[in-house]
Amino acid sequence: MRPVFLPKNLGEVWEAWEQAPMASVYAGGTDLLVKLRAGLANPPALICMERLKELKGVRDEGETVFVGAGSTHTELLADPMIQAHFPVLVQALQVLAGPPIRNMGTIGGNVVNASPAGDTLPPLYILDAEVEIWSRVGSHTVPIIQFILGPGRVLLQPGDLMGGLRIKKRSGRWVHHYEKVGLRKAQACAVASLAAILKTDANGVVEEARLAWGSVGPTVAVCPEAEEALKGRPLCVETLRDALPVVQAAISPIDDIRATASYRRHVARGLLLRLSLLGGQ
Amino acid sequence: MIIRFALNGEEKEIEAAPDRRVVDLLREDLGLTGTKEACGTGECGACTILVDGAARLSCLMLAIQLDRRSITTIEGVGSMEALHPVQEAFVEKGAVQCGFCTPGMVLASMDLLREHPAPTREEIRKGLAGNLCRCTGYQKIVDALEAAASHLAEKRGKP
Repeated sequence: MRPVFLPKNLGEVWEAWEQAPMASVYAGGTDLLVKLRAGLANPPALICMERLKELKGVRDEGETVFVGAGSTHTELLADPMIQAHFPVLVQALQVLAGPPIRNMGTIGGNVVNASPAGDTLPPLYILDAEVEIWSRVGSHTVPIIQFILGPGRVLLQPGDLMGGLRIKKRSGRWVHHYEKVGLRKAQACAVASLAAILKTDANGVVEEARLAWGSVGPTVAVCPEAEEALKGRPLCVETLRDALPVVQAAISPIDDIRATASYRRHVARGLLLRLSLLGGQ
Repeated sequence: MIIRFALNGEEKEIEAAPDRRVVDLLREDLGLTGTKEACGTGECGACTILVDGAARLSCLMLAIQLDRRSITTIEGVGSMEALHPVQEAFVEKGAVQCGFCTPGMVLASMDLLREHPAPTREEIRKGLAGNLCRCTGYQKIVDALEAAASHLAEKRGKP
């Protein structure tokens, strides 16, 4: 039997960690409990964060929004603040797994699991989300691009807990877009995905663009060169086509059970060209 | 450890290992075999239960997480004499083939109808997207949900 702690507040988390310093943390259990059952993890104890009130909810901080790591995907989908400011995140959450998993899984879990296919990650990258890390001695924040180190690896030291995400609200006219290609519409990991936010002027000319691809590298793939290449040009197929070479250089997909690397390159290309469909918006 | 929770409307106090999977606790310790296990990894929805009314997967929950929650399994839905309107609609529309996915489908349907009392066919498909039927009888399941929604609306309409 493995001890399981169910802390209700942060004080109880630190106590649990004192008793079981090597304990693994989970909230929804949709990743860790699968690994445990498959024998891919064997921690001496577990700490379940589902009742930790400090990790729950979305807070308006004025210029920024704080999203508690323990907020479930279903809670975030229904949150007026998330809907108003981060439609690209909403679009990703809508295609993340299926309803029961969305009722259980949390955004903190999706980030800390650091899967290359994690649906919330490309949106969080382009929104410049910062990860707030809590420990017994205090808290600090790290940009998500620095927080995620590789597949399943993040910048958490023993005794660190991901408290939440801080995301800046954006001003101006941004089009939000998330598209995922999977082997089925629900309950499927992305073969490739693209999150994009684009700021255009009244004539449809791109003023600013942020792009991030999922499932085409060990972590989310970003391409500042492509973002630069779209600037000052109309959002059309020709513009996007010109950005393809730098995108192909920025991604490094692999073959796995879902798709081959070369298919993923085709999909990553198609996802970019399809941004032209947003040109009229 | 002692775990206290409400199971199908009845207060329970049971002794269980905190890391026992809820699906095992229900099926093996409590004999409630209506909850099915197929994939054991959160892909199929066969083990769906309602936790405080929301669909969750009992294969990815540990016993300690039941503490002070209200749980509904298929055994707590309707009775032999009076089926729940969702169950009635499944029978009426022939939405059952082998039946293995049915308990999970019925519970996921109840959660869906709680959130969307009058769902479109598209909303039904999205709402049941976490539950797989390998007999591929989805059309009739969607038909059943449409029927159940209108039966429930009729019931609500009555004084």
